[in-house]
Formats: sequence, structure tokens, C-alpha cells
Amino acid sequence: MTGVVDFLYIVAAILFIVGLKMLGRAETARRGNLVSAVGMLLAIGATLAIGGLSFEWILAGAVMGSLIGAVAAYAVKMTAMPEMVGLFNGFGGLASLLVGWAEYHKWIALGQAPARPVFTAIAIFLTVLIGGVTFSGSMVAFLKLAEWINGKPLLFRGQQIVNGLLLVGLAAGGVFFAVRPELGYPLLLPVVAGSLILGVLSVIPIGGADMPVVISLLNSYSGLAACAAGFVISNTLLIVAGALVGASGIILTRIMCKAMNRSLANVLFSGFGSGAGGAAGASYQGEAKAVSAEDAYYLLEAARSVGFVPGYGMAVAQAQHAVRELGQLLEANGAEVRYCIHPVAGRMPGHMNVLLAEANVPYEQLVEPGDVNPTMETVDVAMVIGANDVVNPAAKEDPKSPLYGMPIIEVDRARTCIVLKRSLKPGFAGVDNPLFFKENTRMLFGDAKQTVSALVAEFKES
Amino acid sequence: MGLLFFVFALAVFLGFELISKVPSQLHTPLMSGSNAISGITIVGALAVAGQTGNRTALIVLGVLAVAFAMINVVGGYLVTDRMLAMFKAGKPGGKK
Repeated sequence: MTGVVDFLYIVAAILFIVGLKMLGRAETARRGNLVSAVGMLLAIGATLAIGGLSFEWILAGAVMGSLIGAVAAYAVKMTAMPEMVGLFNGFGGLASLLVGWAEYHKWIALGQAPARPVFTAIAIFLTVLIGGVTFSGSMVAFLKLAEWINGKPLLFRGQQIVNGLLLVGLAAGGVFFAVRPELGYPLLLPVVAGSLILGVLSVIPIGGADMPVVISLLNSYSGLAACAAGFVISNTLLIVAGALVGASGIILTRIMCKAMNRSLANVLFSGFGSGAGGAAGASYQGEAKAVSAEDAYYLLEAARSVGFVPGYGMAVAQAQHAVRELGQLLEANGAEVRYCIHPVAGRMPGHMNVLLAEANVPYEQLVEPGDVNPTMETVDVAMVIGANDVVNPAAKEDPKSPLYGMPIIEVDRARTCIVLKRSLKPGFAGVDNPLFFKENTRMLFGDAKQTVSALVAEFKES
Repeated sequence: MGLLFFVFALAVFLGFELISKVPSQLHTPLMSGSNAISGITIVGALAVAGQTGNRTALIVLGVLAVAFAMINVVGGYLVTDRMLAMFKAGKPGGKK
């Protein structure tokens, strides 16, 4: 019987690998997700088929979890996707923590000592630690993204000292797990509490625009937590699947950091955008040229090539459908329309792509900065919708700017640049944007959705 | 024990190789899809909830673990599918 189960686990692991591979290409992504889901179904089925499991409690938990998961997955709005992914992620971490806890309980309360006490004890410690950090960190990320709490970086005096003491305490906990695993709950509970606090403290100093990095890092952690749980129960499927997720999360994290030209340590510890980072670069003076929707319409009407640059502001205003409508009208008017998406625009990796896909923008029209920057001079109108830091030319021009070195979408090199914005306020990073004062920039003030809808109306009237 | 580390190291390596080149439009689905895979911890949760020996502590831990892992699994796969269903090509045979 275990032979059959082992075989099914291998098949499941292969399905995960193939599924992940297929998820990496647009044409096969949806089937890839399905392949991976079949792998999961197989893993669950094989586990249930091992004799000796009684189903009553399994059923209770499974029905409850499936219902909540399914309802949440269908009810969530696309604009709320970042916080939903964060929430699911946190629950995965919590589940791993609980598995580690239960295995420890069996050991100390029921006397079911494992064959390799030291090894298993350390694995339990890591499962609880990583699972706890994943859970509480994801919850804070969720609260910030859903704007239930302020998304600004939160720094307090002595934060580094508190973090340091916490890490020392947790390391001591790990040592005790290795040498005195029989200590039981007086050892486990402080480690659980410490890991939860660590998760909270790790995420509160990180601001909204750095969320893509945090979300992908937490994603990686949830995989590692499952992986550690696999070491606890000596299950290779958990180890393989968890390690795959851990590795993919790390890669996404690296892509996000590279897109901001910042190191992971800088994102995690600097409290970027809180103003605590010291010199905020030069402040720019000049006259911003404001235009009306009608003026902007004439510019767009004459344009042969238009590039939209969406940012978090488009998500907040839920303007993606209006933007797509404007894009179609421009195309009907004979213009070439592209959507230039910066990897860290929005609050999670690929946030803008999801929103534009929801609005039925075909993915061929979505381009990356590297595709559009070399030919920016041929773009008649670059239209920035609720993006700021990712188009800030100070990243190229001002070595004192905190953004200096970050690859941007160089809309300042377009023939004309229209910036849709509510005010001249600086973006998330708190850095002034010289783009607003450039010769070829026009500011179109107002709510993104209303403004774009007004442009759509202008087109329809003519 | 050595075998477990061997498997772990290979899987990490494989993960890096698999994901190294993904177009940015797929970042979100990739993340939520791989997030669903991290729900594999359900396998450990099932083993807990299915062998409680009627001990209250294990029942509570097991049921909660299964429930949270299932939210992760079911929610993760469904939301990924919902997202990917929206990614459409403009014209068939269009450039990638």
C-alpha cells in the first residue's frame, strides 16, 4: 500500500513541476495551473488512501476550508487581488505551523518520540518559526494592502534593538529545541509568540510601493514552511513542493528588487519612503502646465502612437475599463496603442497586467520598459495614469535622488507626455517628480477614472 | 535523513531553473499558482486530523490545519484560474 502511495506522490511532484513550467508561458499558463491542481488532488487522494485515517475531523476541516476558499476566490474583486493573495499565503503558513505544533504535541504529551529526536526537533522549530512569520507577516501585508491600517512604513525608536533581541531569543529557542526538546509547551509557546511578533515587525516598516517585494518574499516563506513540515514528518512530497515554491518566490523577489535597483536588505530594513532615510534629493521648482480634458483630446486625436503607463492610481480609481475603452477608440482613430508596464507598478508583481486583462486588453499590447524605452522618441503621446515613481526622470538625472539608478519608463523622452494625477503631490517614495515640470509634459488633474471617461466622451462626440 | 536533504537541494535547484524566465504579465498568476502549491502542507494536516486518537488538542490542531490548508489550496487554484481566464490574446496567432 505504501508503495502505491509513494508512486502517487512521485506523480504528484511531477505534475507540480510540469504545472509550474507551463505557468511560465502565456499560452499554457491556464492548463499549467490545472495540471498542478490535479497533482494536489492526487496528493490528497493518496494520503486519504493510507489506511488508518479516520475521516470525521478531516471532513469537518476540509469542508469548512474549501467553502471559505472557494467563496473568497470568486467574490474577490480583481483590484483586491494583492491582499487576497497575501491572505491565502498567510493561511498556508499557519497550516504548516499547526502541523509542526501537532507533531510536537504528539511527542511531548503522548510520548511518541521520533526516531531522530534532534533532527526532528530542529525541523519542528523551523516549521513553527517560518510558518509563524509567514502568517503574521502576511496578515500585516493584507491589512496594509486592504488599507485597514496605514500603508506607510512604520518605524519606531529602538526598532533595530527590539528586532535584534527577538532574533537572539528565537535563536536561543532553536538551541533549546535541539538540546532539550522535552521542555514542551514552556518552550513551544514562546517560540510561537516570538515568530508571530517577528512577522509583524518585519512587515510594518515596509511601505506600500515595496509590497511587490514583500508579497513575493512571503510567498517564498510559505513554501519553505511547508518544506520544513516535510522534514518533520519525513515526507518527500512536502519537501519537493515546498522547495519549488520557495525557489520561485525567491526568484520573483529578486526580479522585483532588480526592477527597483535596490537590494533586498534595503527594501526590508530601510523604511523607504518614511522620510527617515535622510536626504530626499533636490526639490524641483518650475511651472507645471495644466491642460483640460479637451486639450488632451486634441493631443490624443492627432497622435499616431500612444503609450499608456498605468500605476497604482489606476487601480485605486478602478479606471482600467475606461482606459481600455479609450485605447480602443484611439486604435479606431488609427493610432498604435501600447500599454507600458513597469515590473513594480502597483502593489504586487504583475498587478497592472491582471487589471488590464480584466478589462480585456489583449496581452500583445502589454510591453515592458525594455521594449518601449529604445523607441520612446517615436511615441507621440505617453499617457501616465496614476504612476509616479516608475516614470520619475530623477532616477536617471539626479544622483542625489533616492530613486537614482532605478530603471524607469522614460516617458520624458516621448514627444508629449500627459500625466493624469490628482495633484502635484510626490509619489509613494516621497520624492518630487521633475517630470511634471518638463517642457513636453502636460498635467491633467483629476480622478483617473473620471478624467479618462471624459476623454472617451470627447472621442465619442466628435 | 541524508536523502531528505538531497531531495531538498535538487528541488530548490529545479525551482530556480523552472522559474528563471517568466514574462512579467504572468508574475501574479505564477505567484498565486505557486502559493496554491505551498498548500501541500495539507498532506501533513490530513495525517494529524485523521489520527487524533480522540485527543482534544490534536482534534483542534488537526481541524484548523486542514481548514487553513484547504483555504490556501482551493482559494489559490481557483483565483489563479479566474485570473488566467482573463488573459486573452487579441487575435489568434498574434505575436507573443
